[in-house]
Amino acid sequence: MSLARPDALNITTIQKVALSIGIVGLFILTLALFNTNFPYEGVFLTVALGLIVVGTVIYSRNAYLNKLEGIKNDGQWFKSISSRGFWGWAVGIILTTFYIVLYFYPQYLGLGKDGAENTGLISLFDPLSQLLSGRNASQWFVYGTLYTIAILAFGYKFMLKYRHNRYQQLRTVSVMFFQLGFAFLIPEFMYVMNNDLPYYDLKSIWPLNYYIFDEWSVKGFLSTGNIGLALIIFGILSIFVITPILTYKFGKRWYCSWVCGCGGLAETAGDSFRHLSSKKLSSWRLERWLIHLVLVFSVVMTTAMVYTYLGYSSNDFWLTRGVFISLVIGFLTIIFAGVMYFKRQELGKDAKYGAIGFFTAIALLLIMHFTGTTDQLFYIKSGSLRSAYGIYIGSIFSGVIGTGFYPILGSRAWCRFGCPMAAILGFQQRLFSKFRITTNGGQCISCGNCSNSCEMGIDVRHYAQKGENIVRSSCVGCGICAAVCPRGVLKLENDSMKGRINPTEVLLGNDVDLMELVNQK
Amino acid sequence: MEHIVIIGNGISGVTLARHIRKLSDKKITIISAETEYFFSRTALMYIYMGHMKFEHTQPYENWFWKKNRIDLKKAYVEKVDTSSKTLHFSKGDSMTYDKLVIATGSKPNKFGWPGQDLEGVMGMYHKQDLENLEKHAPNKEVCERAVIVGGGLIGIELAEMLNSRSIPVTFLVRESSFWNGVLPDGESEMINRHIRNHHIDLRLSTNLKEIKADENGKVKSVIIEETGEEIPCNVVGLTAGVSPNIDFLKDSEIETGRGVKVNRYLETNIKDVYAIGDCAEQHEAIGNRRPIEAVWYTGRMMGETLAQTLCGNRIQYKPGHWFNSAKFMDIEYQTYGWVFGSKGRPDHEAHFHWKHNDDTKCITVAYDKNTNEFLGINTFGIRMRHETFDKWLTEKRDVDYVINNLAEANFDPEFYSRFETDILNAYNNQLQTA
Repeated sequence: MSLARPDALNITTIQKVALSIGIVGLFILTLALFNTNFPYEGVFLTVALGLIVVGTVIYSRNAYLNKLEGIKNDGQWFKSISSRGFWGWAVGIILTTFYIVLYFYPQYLGLGKDGAENTGLISLFDPLSQLLSGRNASQWFVYGTLYTIAILAFGYKFMLKYRHNRYQQLRTVSVMFFQLGFAFLIPEFMYVMNNDLPYYDLKSIWPLNYYIFDEWSVKGFLSTGNIGLALIIFGILSIFVITPILTYKFGKRWYCSWVCGCGGLAETAGDSFRHLSSKKLSSWRLERWLIHLVLVFSVVMTTAMVYTYLGYSSNDFWLTRGVFISLVIGFLTIIFAGVMYFKRQELGKDAKYGAIGFFTAIALLLIMHFTGTTDQLFYIKSGSLRSAYGIYIGSIFSGVIGTGFYPILGSRAWCRFGCPMAAILGFQQRLFSKFRITTNGGQCISCGNCSNSCEMGIDVRHYAQKGENIVRSSCVGCGICAAVCPRGVLKLENDSMKGRINPTEVLLGNDVDLMELVNQK
Repeated sequence: MEHIVIIGNGISGVTLARHIRKLSDKKITIISAETEYFFSRTALMYIYMGHMKFEHTQPYENWFWKKNRIDLKKAYVEKVDTSSKTLHFSKGDSMTYDKLVIATGSKPNKFGWPGQDLEGVMGMYHKQDLENLEKHAPNKEVCERAVIVGGGLIGIELAEMLNSRSIPVTFLVRESSFWNGVLPDGESEMINRHIRNHHIDLRLSTNLKEIKADENGKVKSVIIEETGEEIPCNVVGLTAGVSPNIDFLKDSEIETGRGVKVNRYLETNIKDVYAIGDCAEQHEAIGNRRPIEAVWYTGRMMGETLAQTLCGNRIQYKPGHWFNSAKFMDIEYQTYGWVFGSKGRPDHEAHFHWKHNDDTKCITVAYDKNTNEFLGINTFGIRMRHETFDKWLTEKRDVDYVINNLAEANFDPEFYSRFETDILNAYNNQLQTA
């Protein structure tokens, strides 16, 4: 509709300078990528990362601090980068390429194979890695550093953007803290303390952390004595005890938008792309199939992996293949039966799909148990099942598509369509949680700001304009819908389970007799 | 099968259609000349500001209408013949109905100012107004200054829109303070300051005399009534209120005043013809409400109500406690119950006013000074719970109770600073000194 360039597109001179500073920083990294061998690598690395951070900080301060506090979304659908324009696609392609190289061709980043010295980009990060853990950098260290820098720098930007909103600020401090501490620093220090410990980001919980129960990982933990044992017990407690309690009290947001690293990146660096997620009903349908398929896949795959390294005889270790498979099937059955007994009404038509998912998983596990051999499961090599999951889900889905496609699909494509952890938390949030987004009586004007800004593609307005609370498994509780609402209609709350889901036909403010007549049906 | 035809695809007409569909199998047709599909009028501003695209303002996906068997027709109704129950469209075709609902909303007021129809002069109501604004004010190079005439809710939204593209704005307000026909003085003055903090040239007690054209018939400047000052500009926004959009009914049998006259059942003088929303005018106002309520919420409520009547359960339009909301640039406003500005305030209504030091938050609580009964609240910059106030109004709580239990009504996001203690202290101090 726009005939001429809206002025909102133009950025100030200071912002241009800030962008240039950041680009110089990126340029140094790019030179390193093309095998420029810098002298004083430590200095150049510091300068490069420093320029990126300083550029982002100056840009953010100029963009937000010169204006009054409030919602700062002017021009987001005009700017090329945030509306799938030329720059959006350009950034998408660059990010996607980066992820492909990172996961599949790390030698092009300069990874020295078989003990050879690092070169290129990775060698530039050697001094920092040496400083933290006394070893040379890997491609994962480079990635982890850049990831952390992105969350910190864009987290700062996000906090300025929402400086009137303390929920947003605290949440952002939280993801910055967990990324810097738990994902980046603590694993390095753990390595210094005991270099046999596998890399373990304590906040990364199975099934998001799909390799924690792999044979090499479990053996790694167990070989390091009590601390390793403690860590693996923590890993099991995380998903079976800690997660359900916190999700019951606060909804899945405690993890997805306060702790998780994937969520952290989406909420900070990905914030400019949140509105690009599709709100169509068809996308929601796709989402529900896809994410639950990934969940079934990850449960079966993990069970299969553990299964392969367990023995047959209880003389060696009490947990044999038979016991293990029975435990898994028993656990799934208890969950399924419990849900069907207590929540059959709420599920409605979805009960059928839940049953399909459950019986598929059970059938697969039984087939595996009765046809599997020591090295074959489902008549394929057991290792290839695990590597298929690693490549297609762990790398391509979460990394290449999940993050690389930020400027195209929005910032939470992985969290929405693929993350098995989000599926588990969401299942619980929908059925057993005090969390909901409350709608404020009849105040909604159907403007659509809430739906537009939902990174998970929830059509928030669909509920708000009916005066109905939003109780959706995919909601990560970022709170932006409530922030952008111009009429103060939405509030994230933890309250009692009773009356949490409250479909209405006639909204508050109308004739009380009519409300009574229509709403009691 | 009974054919119900609704003229107008705004919130009133669409709510009505949805509810009829839930209650019955009747044939439903919605006619609009403005857009093919229903969109949220209140969201037009966000399209110009780049927060959303037009399609995001449509609350239902395009397949929704067919799935729910609601027929849509894009046409302009030129004439309504109630004796043969026929609508005549501007393109020459026609349509018959069994029951007709007029839900055509409003149009911007024009008070006969010289130059009010020049190119570059516009209201901000229809989608076409937005397209017009995009044409005449795409950026600050094409539009070096815009003048807005009329200090109401649409005026301040238009100012915010233009501000988002750095277009300088002069804002002419007839009243001595922004929207003080409705808002109490303390609130109105706070909004004055907020508008000026956004670098908008707010001119209070200022009227438009005329709009001048350049040689091409485009807006060149405006002349101020009081001072004769000429302000050069490229766009003039006329936002001095709205009135019912019912010119097409002039030659019909349907009784009209300013709007389409209806009784409490939303029935017009002609059998099987009804009117709802902005264009309906009650013979007698309901309580403190105006006979014509040009508000989103009341339009929706009339739709919810009339659906019952059309589906065999004839009921009156009998809205509950008044509520409303708006946003003044960065400051949200909500109101529950009745709080009057200095004009038209009943003698028995007294106010307690509290304002935060940051000058962006305040509340005004209205109560009956004889009985202490709580009458209503205006809240700025603090979100409050509709349900709680609706309950307190029904229970006829007194003002002490409301102030002492204000925390219960808070609806701000988690971790926000809370002001209930400040407010309570101010209330107690004010009562002691008063």
